[in-house]
Amino acid sequence: MSNKEKEPIFSAKNMKLLTGPLGSSNPITVQILGICSALAVTAKLQPAFVMALSVTVVTAFSNLILSMLRKTIPSRIRIIVQLVVVAALVILVDQILKAFVYDVSKQLSVFVGLIITNCIVMGRIEAFALGNKPWPSFLDGIGNGLGYGMILVILGFFRELLGAGTVWGYRVIPESFYAHGYANNSLMLLPPMALICVGIIIWIHRSRNRSLCE
Amino acid sequence: MNRQSNTYIIGYSIVLVVVVAVVLSLVTLSLSSRQQSNVEVEKMSDILGSVGLYNAEEAAKAPNKNDYVKSEYAKYIVESFLVDSEGNKIPNSEKEAFATLNNLKAEFAKDASERKLPVFVSKNDEGRINYILPVYGAGLWGPIWGYISLEQNLDTINGSVFGHKGETPGLGAEIATPAFQKQFVGKTLFSNGAFVGISVTKGVGSSAGNSHAVDAISGGTITSRAVESMIKTCVGDYEPFLAKYGVK
Repeated sequence: MSNKEKEPIFSAKNMKLLTGPLGSSNPITVQILGICSALAVTAKLQPAFVMALSVTVVTAFSNLILSMLRKTIPSRIRIIVQLVVVAALVILVDQILKAFVYDVSKQLSVFVGLIITNCIVMGRIEAFALGNKPWPSFLDGIGNGLGYGMILVILGFFRELLGAGTVWGYRVIPESFYAHGYANNSLMLLPPMALICVGIIIWIHRSRNRSLCE
Repeated sequence: MNRQSNTYIIGYSIVLVVVVAVVLSLVTLSLSSRQQSNVEVEKMSDILGSVGLYNAEEAAKAPNKNDYVKSEYAKYIVESFLVDSEGNKIPNSEKEAFATLNNLKAEFAKDASERKLPVFVSKNDEGRINYILPVYGAGLWGPIWGYISLEQNLDTINGSVFGHKGETPGLGAEIATPAFQKQFVGKTLFSNGAFVGISVTKGVGSSAGNSHAVDAISGGTITSRAVESMIKTCVGDYEPFLAKYGVK
């Protein structure tokens, strides 16, 4: 174990692990991880939100568990061990969603299972959890899950609003707009437009945070 | 201890896999009855929904949604039975009719002579009788299914509900929305005594005036076509029953 003095649970360094991924080290807009699912589940806000929550749970606990195991894992089967732990957590999340929020789990369908393939999960385990203590790893997992989730929710909000005229399934664009020739942009519901939206978010993010540009 | 030795690696993987397997099976076992009941309740609410007897808001308000749906189902579904390939009701098949919903795919795939298909009969507060038929097919990414409720003449559609496993959200998945489903109301399955089913036509409003067609979902053409063929084959399998009991 390290010989550092005991630091408080929410020290400045730990808080940075939690808040960093929301801004300057956001997994989607800065590290460009997890783009695939960000495109797939954000056509509507509600699935995007539940997906964000599920990914946060998985990144947090996979980081925590693997950080606790990190001294025992044989390096030659390191990736397999990570996969087993992540897969088990994803199945747990899926089972729990099916038992307690059945309707939402139906909407998310295959995408919950696909959390396993989300680059953020494995990326954070490799990059952080295997070299850090459990508590900071746990915070790092939560932070990255939230950073990912934040982008998902933003994307889900705009795609649902502009593509279907609804937010969280409730109609927000009044019928009278349609009567005057307003039309939903169905391109917003297709994955390519999601990619363009991610691009716009990255653009806004970088224009406000110059240090991210080379 | 040498963490790079083969013995350690093999031992480590065995322990890890066993632990994970035990945890997962415990969780699955403890949650499966709840999941089973969710699935059952979903079927019941879909059956009721196809006749317009399911009120999702009421169900959400009920203290226990599952109990609420079960009691509504018991109240409105007055009869359920299986029909054989010649369209005869099989007596005392009430329990089997609901159980068949769990393996509809296999049932529809059977040879026509062995097929036993479930029919549900509902009676609403005003005493109106409707017949509900389950349908099942393949969508773009996975299975799609639904329930079609028919008027007493077994020709006119009274309502429909569709579900899917993993159609594209916002596109094919729109078959599960009321906007798509309510198009089926009032359409007819038979044309001059011959079964034609319901077709999907491209473009909003393109099916206006056609009593055997509905508008496809733009961007969801493959799923829309899958609905069309699902209705043609599955409801088509009921044709002997519809022809026998329908009032033409």
